[in-house]
Amino acid sequence: MSASERLRVMFGAAPQKPERITPAAQQVHQLKRMTKADFAALKQHAHDHQLVNHKWRNRRWAVLILVNLLFTFSFWLDIQMLEGSLTASRFVGFHLIDLNSALQVMLAHRHVIVNLFIGTATVFVLWVALGGRSFCSWVCPYHIVAEWFEWLHLKLAARKLVSDHEFHRGARSVLWFAFALLAVLSGYTVFETISPTGILSRALIYGPSLALGWVLLLLVFEVLYSRRAWCRYVCPIGLTYGMVGAISPLRVEYRLEHCFHEGDCRKVCLVPHVLDVVIKGRAAELKTPIGPDCTRCGLCVDVCPSGALVFDVKGLNRLL
Amino acid sequence: MSGKTGDERPAANSQPPPEAGLPAATGSRRPQAPVRRLSSRRRFLRSAFLIGGVLGLAMLGYVPVAGAHRTRLRPPGALEESDFLASCIKCGQCVQVCPVAAIRLDDIDSGFGVGVPWIDARAQACDFSCDAVQCVLACPTGSLTYRKPAAVLTRPGMPLARAPLLKAKAKDPEPTLNLPERMGIARLSRPDSCLAVQGKGFRGQARGADFRGRLRYVERDRWRPVAVRDHPYERDLCNLCVSECPIGDAITMLATVAADGRRQYQPQVLEQCVGCGVCEMICPVDPAAIVIAARQPWEG
Repeated sequence: MSASERLRVMFGAAPQKPERITPAAQQVHQLKRMTKADFAALKQHAHDHQLVNHKWRNRRWAVLILVNLLFTFSFWLDIQMLEGSLTASRFVGFHLIDLNSALQVMLAHRHVIVNLFIGTATVFVLWVALGGRSFCSWVCPYHIVAEWFEWLHLKLAARKLVSDHEFHRGARSVLWFAFALLAVLSGYTVFETISPTGILSRALIYGPSLALGWVLLLLVFEVLYSRRAWCRYVCPIGLTYGMVGAISPLRVEYRLEHCFHEGDCRKVCLVPHVLDVVIKGRAAELKTPIGPDCTRCGLCVDVCPSGALVFDVKGLNRLL
Repeated sequence: MSGKTGDERPAANSQPPPEAGLPAATGSRRPQAPVRRLSSRRRFLRSAFLIGGVLGLAMLGYVPVAGAHRTRLRPPGALEESDFLASCIKCGQCVQVCPVAAIRLDDIDSGFGVGVPWIDARAQACDFSCDAVQCVLACPTGSLTYRKPAAVLTRPGMPLARAPLLKAKAKDPEPTLNLPERMGIARLSRPDSCLAVQGKGFRGQARGADFRGRLRYVERDRWRPVAVRDHPYERDLCNLCVSECPIGDAITMLATVAADGRRQYQPQVLEQCVGCGVCEMICPVDPAAIVIAARQPWEG
């Protein structure tokens, strides 16, 4: 998949089968086909010896909770490390401003002061380095809460009490443009009104609010009707950081040779379209970077029994 | 590892390598089965509803703003309301720096105003005990500002005639407050209940024993605000709004002599009033006789 196609997939296009497959990758695909019995035995072997491993999930939850607690305690204990909330803050004095909130303010107010620019630029550079949508899974408080409620959804779905209703992923792109346009036309930061990220972050720092009712409503919707609907089909913050992640060197990499094509990764993934490449016969190369819509949450890395998905920093191997 | 084992023994029943050397099947588009077509149409409709629903709910935030059912008192240095709501990034850094915790964040029932700071002057007014207007310094987007950009609106009656004199800094080389515009204006809206108008004095805790508000009493502590309940008053004529006003020449007690020779008193708000709300907070009658008309200009 080319970089531009990965971008198109993020904006909502369905992943396509590759036009060309490199000879090396073709050979691997063929080997897997020719030795079906062996392949199945190997797969079983890998499964039997699979270590149930939540390494990346645990690290991620720890980071997410710590970051949000740092906000809370900076205020409560007045330690002044990370002042503000997720929309804008100061880390030991340095301005940090959420990219999507900055965008909304810039479009609605059309006047950018120096601090706003500095904070936005800092955060942009930070998340280029850290993987773009890694903001979602490693920082956003709604992500972790939605993750817990997703567990409930999956339990209920397994008992056929609820089912997942998919939306078109292009909805998020439409909403991103619509919210940008509304900010310009109305002169208000319309999206911030319903942003569960901002609402939750503020509630954690400044105390509970009625707005939490809206967040709860979203969670109920996700449990009963559509799995992870907000993060998958709505949240413009995710798309904003996804665009940043498109130029980030930090990503998950898929290694065809190690893959048994079981699809466990796609089952745990928030954005399974980025893992289209793991479907048997789809990989065009031996190593494929996963697209920018990936939140770098590492659930696929944890779940893969054969290490076919790994965190990777582009160009780091060459550097070392 | 998979590749290596595969090399050793080709499976007997494997099909001949079908498209060896050929590029993989391109996404040739077959016409969709009717079931698929129906489900994809359903998904499309669902998605349209989702988009409409999310946008609709977000735009509901306009209702409380358009209705202006609450005229919130904003922190010092705030831009005009529409500019303020547009530029505020809802981070609450102003809340964090306020030494008397006067600033609070609005909730979702204020629509687009969710997460935007305001001051409930009766509960805790801004008494400028930070001297430098910390909230303005903390604001990352210029929603609270010392200097407005030329493009944004300034209503007549909002700019102060001169920099307000901060009584607490009266002896400093630079005794004024960096605040070019008022937050609102104090008004004696219930003169009948005003103790001074009735010619009465006041003794005790201004707002009762349960009141949690704090105020800077310079003579007690220049830097640490004190709970109002810990600072009881004893006045033959109640003049708390005048004596506790942190700004110079913002309010005065007007004394007149009536036809029958009795002296009459009435607090009078002057043009230098910045609308901070200390008078409203400290007023011992309930409801307060003097209140802040939030975001209202001086009308002479």
